[in-house]
Amino acid sequence: MKKRILSILLALTVVTGVLAACNRTKPAPDGNSGTTVTEIRYLNFKPEIAEVYKRISEAYEKETGVRLIVETAASGTYESTLTARMATDEAPTIFQINGPIGYASWADYCADLSGTELYKHLTDKSLAITSGGRVYGIPYVVEGYGIIYNKAILSKYFSLPNRATPYNSVDEINSFAALKAVVEDMTARKSELGIDGVFASTSLKTGEDWRWQTHLMNIPVTLEFLDKKIDLTGDGYKNIEFTYSDNFKNIFDLYINNSTADKTKLGTIDVTASMAEFALGKCAMVQNGNWGASQILGVSGNKVAADDIGFLPIYMGTKGEENLGICIGTENFICINSKATDAQQKAAADFLWWLFGSETGKKYVSDELGYIAPFDTFSENETPDDPLAREVMRWMNMEGITNIPWNFTVFPSQNYKDSLGTALLRYAQGQMGWDEVKKHAVNEWKNEFGA
Amino acid sequence: MHKTLKKYFPVFVVPVLAAFLVSFLIPFVMGIYLSFTEFRTVDASEWVGIKNYISIFTQDKTFLNSLWLTVKFTVVSILSINIIAFSIALLLTRKLRGTDFFRTVFFMPNLIGGIVLGHIWSLIINGILGFFGVDITYDPSYGFWGLVVLMNWQMIGYMMIIYIAGLQNIPEHINEAAAIDGASPLRTLFSITIPMVMPSVTICTFLTLTNSFKLFDQNLALNGKSAETSLLALDIYKTFYDHTGLRLAEWHGIGQAKAVIFFLLVAVIAFVQLRATERKEIEQ
Repeated sequence: MKKRILSILLALTVVTGVLAACNRTKPAPDGNSGTTVTEIRYLNFKPEIAEVYKRISEAYEKETGVRLIVETAASGTYESTLTARMATDEAPTIFQINGPIGYASWADYCADLSGTELYKHLTDKSLAITSGGRVYGIPYVVEGYGIIYNKAILSKYFSLPNRATPYNSVDEINSFAALKAVVEDMTARKSELGIDGVFASTSLKTGEDWRWQTHLMNIPVTLEFLDKKIDLTGDGYKNIEFTYSDNFKNIFDLYINNSTADKTKLGTIDVTASMAEFALGKCAMVQNGNWGASQILGVSGNKVAADDIGFLPIYMGTKGEENLGICIGTENFICINSKATDAQQKAAADFLWWLFGSETGKKYVSDELGYIAPFDTFSENETPDDPLAREVMRWMNMEGITNIPWNFTVFPSQNYKDSLGTALLRYAQGQMGWDEVKKHAVNEWKNEFGA
Repeated sequence: MHKTLKKYFPVFVVPVLAAFLVSFLIPFVMGIYLSFTEFRTVDASEWVGIKNYISIFTQDKTFLNSLWLTVKFTVVSILSINIIAFSIALLLTRKLRGTDFFRTVFFMPNLIGGIVLGHIWSLIINGILGFFGVDITYDPSYGFWGLVVLMNWQMIGYMMIIYIAGLQNIPEHINEAAAIDGASPLRTLFSITIPMVMPSVTICTFLTLTNSFKLFDQNLALNGKSAETSLLALDIYKTFYDHTGLRLAEWHGIGQAKAVIFFLLVAVIAFVQLRATERKEIEQ
């Protein structure tokens, strides 16, 4: 009998051990859990800043005693990680969405943020994600992209006596015609300039093609929306005609015909390789955003001085493009999980306000995260000091220039972008005509929305 | 003895049973349930009946394509891997010099993980195709054959070891008897060696079949996410995760339904194959 009890006991311990292991994450309910929250969970989007968040979390715990648990989704897996996490006890209290489409996916989980301090201090309220007068996502960083150019190589070109273009400085390039003339002349003289090509190779490897299927595609789509006066909160964005497809083709042709790589061999090149070419001075221009600064200045053997990098708008031959600037916007909107308890939600809002409102927090944001944060708590001198971030601000404040917003946040899905990327690759390889690419872009858009 | 066994039955069985229940059976049943729903996260699902299964064939354009590609890939891999592995095994059981060394060499690729292998082979293949001014993405068939080569390289060593074990189990006297009867080497191969290693053949075809059918990481690393080169497992992954957006829940359901079909296919094929080859096995 004794033995029998012992065996049952043993079995039970093992079983509870197993079950406890599955359940271990449920925090033991402490008496006052309704009033004070000691933990906030945050699902971070960018692996490259995971280290910084570790330090932020330590600093926050020291000041307030609240523990910030930061989990980071591996590159390209944010949606899947979030989907998996939301169903568990470890659901993040703070997470992020990428825009209106992301909001549609996660609407059930987005709490109203209109009463938060953070929203009150947002400089441009139109940037936030709103629905029915409520605020569900607050942008926490503004980024910009365009054509990054190497001033040293360009001034070398502008000092060539035998150049075939009439331009004397990069400031005179304010249209596609000028850009094309300069680029093609530079290609003709690439040995004199000591470069392999004007543009860095057009990375069209799957998963590495977002600079074209997302960022470049944003411009024709945005211009089309502007022409048609489409309101992004309505349904109008569910169909496109790709009216600016010829303009897209203009710039895309210029990229692939004047780059360091053969246009039939673009399917295996990744962004890192492409940025390295620019960093090593093998090319004069590359399309990318201010986040790429570290990929230029941080590369070993880097030959580009920090003062030599600038942004040029992506000209593609549209009407009035001399007044257009670079693409500035965000796809990072912070949200608070509405399924968390009220106390947790409040703790999360407090943390966000600490990060973007307090002296300690702001220091991390501008110095270590390198964000251009769109809040009025940041003064002129509290901005990141990398050269590309400064360029973004220069364009933001330029007289008479309209910068292009980021509307790729309403692109139907990752699948759409991937299939457009494949079509662009086939076009570059000469296996698909441009008409087909255009048709593909229009039809797939419709299909993915199911319109 | 019997009594003691009975007494301790729960101690040994319950933990395993619980683990099996928690980590396999419950998720499996949930998975089947979810294939009849639209869901954003697993605890927020909405019943839609067999709509997902219909959508696979009406709305989704990639499933049948991937299925056909997977079938082709599986057939080619089973044949090439087993024939080559068996040939090498025959060679390396002949008591040649350096046999042990070569067994190790052929086995080594198996120790490298799939993603790494995919990247290594993409470097090699693109290096070669580079001479012709193209890369592996230029034509889906390059991707297909690249994957076949990769799979062969990885699996042959493992299958070879199983075949070697089988070959070494053949009693010497049977071969001697055949030699005395004047059987030609070819006759010995087909009438004695192959029938005698049938159990190894069963295991090897089973392993290559299921492994090729379920291939994922090598496919992703070598071919990327292009729809034209995606095998079933990768296609399911893409259906599930790459349709972020307004219709996320719908696509989750479709992806889940695909996964259930995928499971049924693997189960049926493996069962039929096991039955078929087992019948050819002979008692020693």
